[in-house]
Amino acid sequence: MNRHEKSSAPAALPLVRKNRERLAAFLFILPSVLLIAVFVYGFIGWTGWISFTRWNTFVPDFTFAGLDNYRFLFSDFRFLSDLRNTVVFTVLFIVCCLLLGLALALLLDSRIRGEVWLRNLFLFPMALSFIVTGVVWQWIFNPSTGINLLLKKLGVEEPPLWYIHPEVIPGVQWGPIQIGVPLALLAVIVAAVWQLSGFTMALYLSGLRSIPEEIREAARVDGASEWQVFRHVLLPQLKPVTISAIIILGHISLKIFDLIYAMTGPGAGFVTDMPGVYMVETTFKGNHYAHGAAISVIMLLLVTLLILPQLLSGGRKEASGR
Amino acid sequence: MTRSLSRFGIYAILILLALCFLVPVYVVVVTSLKPVHEATLENMWNLPSAFDLSSYGVAWEKLSPHFWNTILLAVPATVLSALLGSLNGYVFAKWRFKGDHVLFTAILFGMFIPYQSILIPLIRFLQSIQLYNTIPGLILVHVVYGLPITTLIFRNFYAAVPKEIIESAQIDGCGIWSAYRRIILPLSVPGFVVTGIWQFTQIWNEFLFAVTITNTTNQPIMVALQNLSGSQIVQFNVQMAGALMAALPTLLVYIFLGRYFIRGLLAGALKG
Repeated sequence: MNRHEKSSAPAALPLVRKNRERLAAFLFILPSVLLIAVFVYGFIGWTGWISFTRWNTFVPDFTFAGLDNYRFLFSDFRFLSDLRNTVVFTVLFIVCCLLLGLALALLLDSRIRGEVWLRNLFLFPMALSFIVTGVVWQWIFNPSTGINLLLKKLGVEEPPLWYIHPEVIPGVQWGPIQIGVPLALLAVIVAAVWQLSGFTMALYLSGLRSIPEEIREAARVDGASEWQVFRHVLLPQLKPVTISAIIILGHISLKIFDLIYAMTGPGAGFVTDMPGVYMVETTFKGNHYAHGAAISVIMLLLVTLLILPQLLSGGRKEASGR
Repeated sequence: MTRSLSRFGIYAILILLALCFLVPVYVVVVTSLKPVHEATLENMWNLPSAFDLSSYGVAWEKLSPHFWNTILLAVPATVLSALLGSLNGYVFAKWRFKGDHVLFTAILFGMFIPYQSILIPLIRFLQSIQLYNTIPGLILVHVVYGLPITTLIFRNFYAAVPKEIIESAQIDGCGIWSAYRRIILPLSVPGFVVTGIWQFTQIWNEFLFAVTITNTTNQPIMVALQNLSGSQIVQFNVQMAGALMAALPTLLVYIFLGRYFIRGLLAGALKG
């Protein structure tokens, strides 16, 4: 009402009509706003409340349990393994996707023939379901077949066990769990990188294409080598793209469920388990609703930590016309 | 000389990487074409001795009811969420009101939440309105949780429409609704294509809601595929044929409408 200067309706319109129109605009989005309010925020609140109750049997029990469920999780071997796996998976997955995506984008950007074909080829796994990816890669990494058949032909005596490998390297004991890289996760990461590095390639390619050729030429005229052009001209310009990619890939990996479910399951000693899988199994197979709710609250907090800075700065950036 | 050498290097690396990316495709296609006795572990990398399409028949028999379930789910859910997203996007792009930025950000947040964090209440709610284990229940879910991304894509799309068009329509007496219906909607075809393709692909490939909200004959295709490959008695050639069938609709969308698919992808990523 008191923000006429923000209004995009023409000044010639009478004020009454303008206000009426603004009300109509709000009514347009009201159904969606209500749906989001209930299904997102209401349900999150509801889940948060369940996470403080004793509902860990088939029968709902809403008596207040304080932090018991959270306390349970942070002493639970499976959940602590999940947190370790989440960190390892997220870091390796993001780094591999960024490096491979950037390399592909730079190669494709060097005016080659058949660019469109190759671009489409690297991006097509994006159109697949994690379930399909999981089913197929499970077979490729099956220890008694798949890649190991090729390795045996090459003379490898004891090929790796891939996703059923129970070991954690270097496996420093910390409380009940071993801190390190679970070898079995590497196979899952390969599958995930196969599916999503094309996405970072597409992001970087569109980023590269938006950098004017003159800037690169100017640097070259000044005597910069190709590496220096990349390091000091292209890379800084690609920073916003990198941040977008980290956020998208990061939130995918923090809540990953389908790929694990289809490819490996929790694994021996929970070496390939993730919070998303634990939540569904403990809630719907074990009827530990309050534990499940607490797991999902922690997942939500992790995702929020990742995206909040970007989400909040989004509005400001637009206002300054970035 | 060094230049042509380095170009040769670029092509060599790209072709090598392309071949690596195609390995799963090779495995799926080759295995699905093998007769049962050839689809064994030792034979995995070999070409089939003869084309045998019988695995497709077996896989189709098991998957087809779920295939139709998914079409019945994905088509209406895509249309509805695109329509609502278009309305929202129009308002957020062209109409300012108090708190619109906060509201928009609050809606966008719904795109990032892990759906586990709403799953228990959601299932209780669907049970209470008798939509648990039904296709309409899944449609409702996909429409609601599709709103953030469809709103975002449409808002970015409408931001490029000059506001003078709407202003002159207003001077001619058009209200917000008739400006939408007569001017915005006819301009929106590319926006609907991008949003529709994106949503269709996402809904087709979705698994978490599918596996927790349905448990019988109403299961969508991805759950059926997972059950198929999780069972010990099903042969590899059937599993691979099933995977290919389940992937085919979104692959076809990608092959024929890839341009729009990529635009949806970037729209969701670059402004998040």
